[in-house]
Amino acid sequence: MSPAVVVDARGLRCPLPVIRLAAAARDAAPGALLTVLATDPAAEHDVPAWARMRGHAVVGSEHDEAAGTWSLTVEVSGQAPAA
Amino acid sequence: MTDPTPSSAPPKTAEAPRRAWLDASGAARIHPVARRAFEQALDDGWADPRRLSTEGRRARALLDGARESLAGAVGARTEEVHVAPSHTAALHAAVLGVAAGRRRAGTRAVVSAVERAAVLHAGEHAGLDVERVPVHRTGAVDTEAFAAALDDGPTALAALQHANGEVGTLQPTGAAHAATTARGVPLVVDAGASAGHVDVGAAWDVLALDPRDWGSVPGAGVLVVRRGVRWRPVAPEDEDRFFPGGPSVPAAFAAAASLEAVLADRAEEDRRRRALVDLVRTRVAAEVPDVEVVGDPDDRLPHVVTFSCLYVDGEALVTELDRAGFAVGSGSACTSRSLEPSHVLAAMGVLTHGNVRIGLDRETTRDDVERFLAVLPGAVARVRSFLGAQAL
Repeated sequence: MSPAVVVDARGLRCPLPVIRLAAAARDAAPGALLTVLATDPAAEHDVPAWARMRGHAVVGSEHDEAAGTWSLTVEVSGQAPAA
Repeated sequence: MTDPTPSSAPPKTAEAPRRAWLDASGAARIHPVARRAFEQALDDGWADPRRLSTEGRRARALLDGARESLAGAVGARTEEVHVAPSHTAALHAAVLGVAAGRRRAGTRAVVSAVERAAVLHAGEHAGLDVERVPVHRTGAVDTEAFAAALDDGPTALAALQHANGEVGTLQPTGAAHAATTARGVPLVVDAGASAGHVDVGAAWDVLALDPRDWGSVPGAGVLVVRRGVRWRPVAPEDEDRFFPGGPSVPAAFAAAASLEAVLADRAEEDRRRRALVDLVRTRVAAEVPDVEVVGDPDDRLPHVVTFSCLYVDGEALVTELDRAGFAVGSGSACTSRSLEPSHVLAAMGVLTHGNVRIGLDRETTRDDVERFLAVLPGAVARVRSFLGAQAL
């Protein structure tokens, strides 16, 4: 499996981290891994909620407390998103 | 005195946009009965109810009558009912007083993860180790986890709201109360979002009600502490051990009178507003792309409905709707004064951004709701376009 593509959304307020991640997911092949980096605490909750609504899977979640950064990795679904 | 002449009437101006108040959770418009009772109590009960004069006794009689009426509404004894300055103050007194009374029994509080901030903060303020029990996606607490948490160590108190005011989901207070009773732990039930709308039942040891939610005037909260619950004052000594200084007699009287009024036609108001909530749930899901209506679809309050829109800045949406004449609430971080998103939505595992909370009071009409539903899809689309979030 190829390494994850990183979406750097640090410093962006909600919902921009999810929007950047969704844009990357739209252009990604099924099964691709995307890692979003975010400093807005809402991303910790909103990335998994977005993934659930879109049928993607969260495969990793880390919080670097010293840096104030969340790092969440999703595997892009094989199915086309609902219109 | 002569009547003003018709010619002195102000000239007609362009009509201001019609406003619809759809943010009634904890802030309902004033019920006419509350207004009348408040004014009557200002006339008859303005005096200090602690004084022995005729005027003081008259105020005392109004206050006692209010407590008796509130007690009757929730199935309590009059002496178990205490009138607070606000719902927040009632919740603080509930948690702090039980924590103090049961200091020897335990230093833990078992609470649902979706309790009101006042409950969570009061637990921490009391120095309790506050264990937040997870909730299901609907917002209802996991009853098995709640019972299991009670066995994790000596517990001073447990707290479970009767219904969640942010998403409308009713909580299993019956099962929770059975679990706490079996272990001798008092259960604090925050019925702030439900009292006056649905029956709060008898599964509680300490109960808090919010008169603002059923349309009473500001200035009163209600705390009910069952006889036998160990409760100790945490404030300096005062004649009113629960709320030093005593309550506002007019606000207490208005709270009791308006609760009687809303209970009298509760079934009809339940049907009417439940139908409006169903309309919102159905049409929002059908007409707004990438939206999730949250909260239990059936086991819920009749007047609260919440949804979250993907790729939407909650603050921008609330502002956009306000400009169009609709006042709505939101649990999104960017709409509150903190940077933290709603702990309720986060605990449920639903989107915290793009959140809209609708609270319907007794004056909300079907027309208000229909007009809101007509402008909502356009407002969401505009806010998404500001952020360049299209075709995602």
